[in-house]
Amino acid sequence: METKTIQKTKETLQKTERLTGSEAIVRCLLAEGVNTLYGYPGGAIMPVYDELYKYQDKIHHVLTRHEQGATHAAQGYARISGEVGVAIATSGPGATNLITGIADAQIDSTPMVCITGQVASHLLGSDAFQETDIVGISTPVTKWNHQITKASEIPEVMAKAFYIARSGRPGPVLIDITKDAQFEEFDFSYEKCKGVRSYKAVPKTDENSLKAAAKLINTAKKPLVVWGQGVILGEAEQEFKNFIEKAGIPSAWTILGVSAIPTEHPLNVGMVGMHGNYAPNVLTNECDVLIAIGMRFDDRVTGNLATYAKQAKVIHFEIDPAEVDKNVKTNVAVLGNAKESLAAILPLIKKNEHAIWRRAFDDLYAIEYEKVIKNDLYPTKEGLTMGEVLKEINIQSKGEAAIVSDVGQHQMIACRYANFNQTKSNITSGGLGTMGFGLPAAIGAKMAAPEREVVCICGDGGYQMTIQELGTIFQQRAAVKIVVLNNDFLGMVRQWQQLFFDKRYASTEMTNPDFVAIAKGYHLNARRVTKREELAEAVAEMMQSKEAYFLEVCVEKEDNVFPMIPTGASVSDIRLS
Amino acid sequence: MEKELKQFTVSVYTENNIGLLNRISAIFQRRHINIESINSSVSEIENVSKWTIVVNLTEERMKKIIGQIEKQVEVIKAYYHTETEIIYQESCIFKMKSDLLFDERQIQNIIKDSNARIVTVNKQFFVIEKSGRKEEIELLHRELSVFGIMQFTRSGRIAVSKEEMKISNILKTIDH
Repeated sequence: METKTIQKTKETLQKTERLTGSEAIVRCLLAEGVNTLYGYPGGAIMPVYDELYKYQDKIHHVLTRHEQGATHAAQGYARISGEVGVAIATSGPGATNLITGIADAQIDSTPMVCITGQVASHLLGSDAFQETDIVGISTPVTKWNHQITKASEIPEVMAKAFYIARSGRPGPVLIDITKDAQFEEFDFSYEKCKGVRSYKAVPKTDENSLKAAAKLINTAKKPLVVWGQGVILGEAEQEFKNFIEKAGIPSAWTILGVSAIPTEHPLNVGMVGMHGNYAPNVLTNECDVLIAIGMRFDDRVTGNLATYAKQAKVIHFEIDPAEVDKNVKTNVAVLGNAKESLAAILPLIKKNEHAIWRRAFDDLYAIEYEKVIKNDLYPTKEGLTMGEVLKEINIQSKGEAAIVSDVGQHQMIACRYANFNQTKSNITSGGLGTMGFGLPAAIGAKMAAPEREVVCICGDGGYQMTIQELGTIFQQRAAVKIVVLNNDFLGMVRQWQQLFFDKRYASTEMTNPDFVAIAKGYHLNARRVTKREELAEAVAEMMQSKEAYFLEVCVEKEDNVFPMIPTGASVSDIRLS
Repeated sequence: MEKELKQFTVSVYTENNIGLLNRISAIFQRRHINIESINSSVSEIENVSKWTIVVNLTEERMKKIIGQIEKQVEVIKAYYHTETEIIYQESCIFKMKSDLLFDERQIQNIIKDSNARIVTVNKQFFVIEKSGRKEEIELLHRELSVFGIMQFTRSGRIAVSKEEMKISNILKTIDH
């Protein structure tokens, strides 16, 4: 490996041990504090699995039922704990099955290390059995990747992999190891990576940018904060809270930012974006200073950029310089880690209330409540709504549960209505929108935080994309609570077909199996609810269960999620029906 | 409305690692941008590679792409320049039938006038080499193609900037 890592300290000359490459890999994982990894064995990774067998009292390997499940479980593990999630697979199809999870982790900045076996180095490029160019394939969706062909490379590459995955803006790293390198013996010693010369994890915060930002914030009459996952990834929740409370700024979240401060916090004005709340979307186009913190102005957040917050001065707190001015032109960019930059700006901020401006949010909330929220949470029609299921979960969890959602209508409802008291509690596939993410991610989340209640909310479509992970739940006795909100449709696509394709429901209707029977086939407690009268009791039973529990709720078939910003429309043209 | 496309020469200083070409070219590919030419070589700094990439795009996109290139772990620094900000050369070679050298006297004048150079001559063919700016090479190509060219190859652009690229300073701050 040519890349220069920061020089090792000469004094700490460590003793070496004669090990095989495969044992070295396990020892590297242990040195990085890994105690759980998710994977699936196969030919090219068998030497490592043989070592995992020997080290099974120190490191727990979770056999998922598909390699995609291994990546999502590793993501769930990482998202709830802030630690690096680890997935392992064999070469060829094992490796390619990781790609969806890797792409998901890349776009959602999730720290993950994936290890793949590879055919022996003398076979590389020969179309050998189960050979695939996984380094080539994974390049556009990894923060970094590398192929190891010599055992002696393992310690430095593995140390670098973990350093890169977790530092700065986190992301996925893939390490591909040829089978001969796994067998080869070498003199092993391990030292953690302290830096890579070509890689600056966290850019320096410019003092002047802090002053300029503070000046804009202090003179703003109608400031709005939009925060994203950067607050959570930077563990800046307290600094963030101090900042918005001192400045008295109403604050809205992106889908990955939620739970950084409690749902009930008086300055929390809800979600921005396509299915976000009415007030923060409409008032994005009325604020005079927009303060973006650890978010990246995704198109699902901004709607049409040509009409997005044009009246506002924009301040962007951001760790990744490539995000600055990428989608929205900023007046002041504050580079750096949110934890440090928010702490640094606090003394420069004047105390403020913005009482009149905050009332504007209350007024618009009242409209949204009347037109949307009331009907979602307290429906008067016969059919069950997804919203009322969330309401029951809130009652039972008291906002303490981690909510893992899949992708689609139920995801939007879950994010809109779930109550969160604790950070790192909303685990969902935001950027990539990966159906099938929910169930395996919930496994990883529950295993990383066994003391927490983990509720997985899926639709009937996404659930069936990774339904085989019920086997993992059963085998691991992971006490995940699974709720399938079943409308017998790919609901979000159907909603678009209804609104934009004249109700031509092309391939969105699902003829579903007996989900309860399937869950019972995996020996899980399971129940189906079809009537409102049963709902509260069924949710209570699920939440009180000490074991995994499956609850299917048959909801209204053709309900839509509102508010909604149609594609290409302005955030202020958000529709309530 | 489409904004004006300009030609930019990108200089990327990187570690010398397998797979980096893929990683950098993928950044252009995902935005559906064609790379006009690309050259990789050693740089003025030991163990640091330098890529010279020529692309046509708007300056706004260029800036965003530079950010995304620099974000790659093994990229040390990336710069973009317009043609007036750099000194550049491209190089090309022509293989032509040897008979032409004697039958078509004009060719010798073309070679002389264009400051091209005959690399080798044998009974079957002769090879001309020419380094220069893009337009000069295009002109020579036009003039020689009349006589029939057996083979033609042109190199990617190589360039140095008129202004200093503060790459060594960056490395110093990282190394210590």
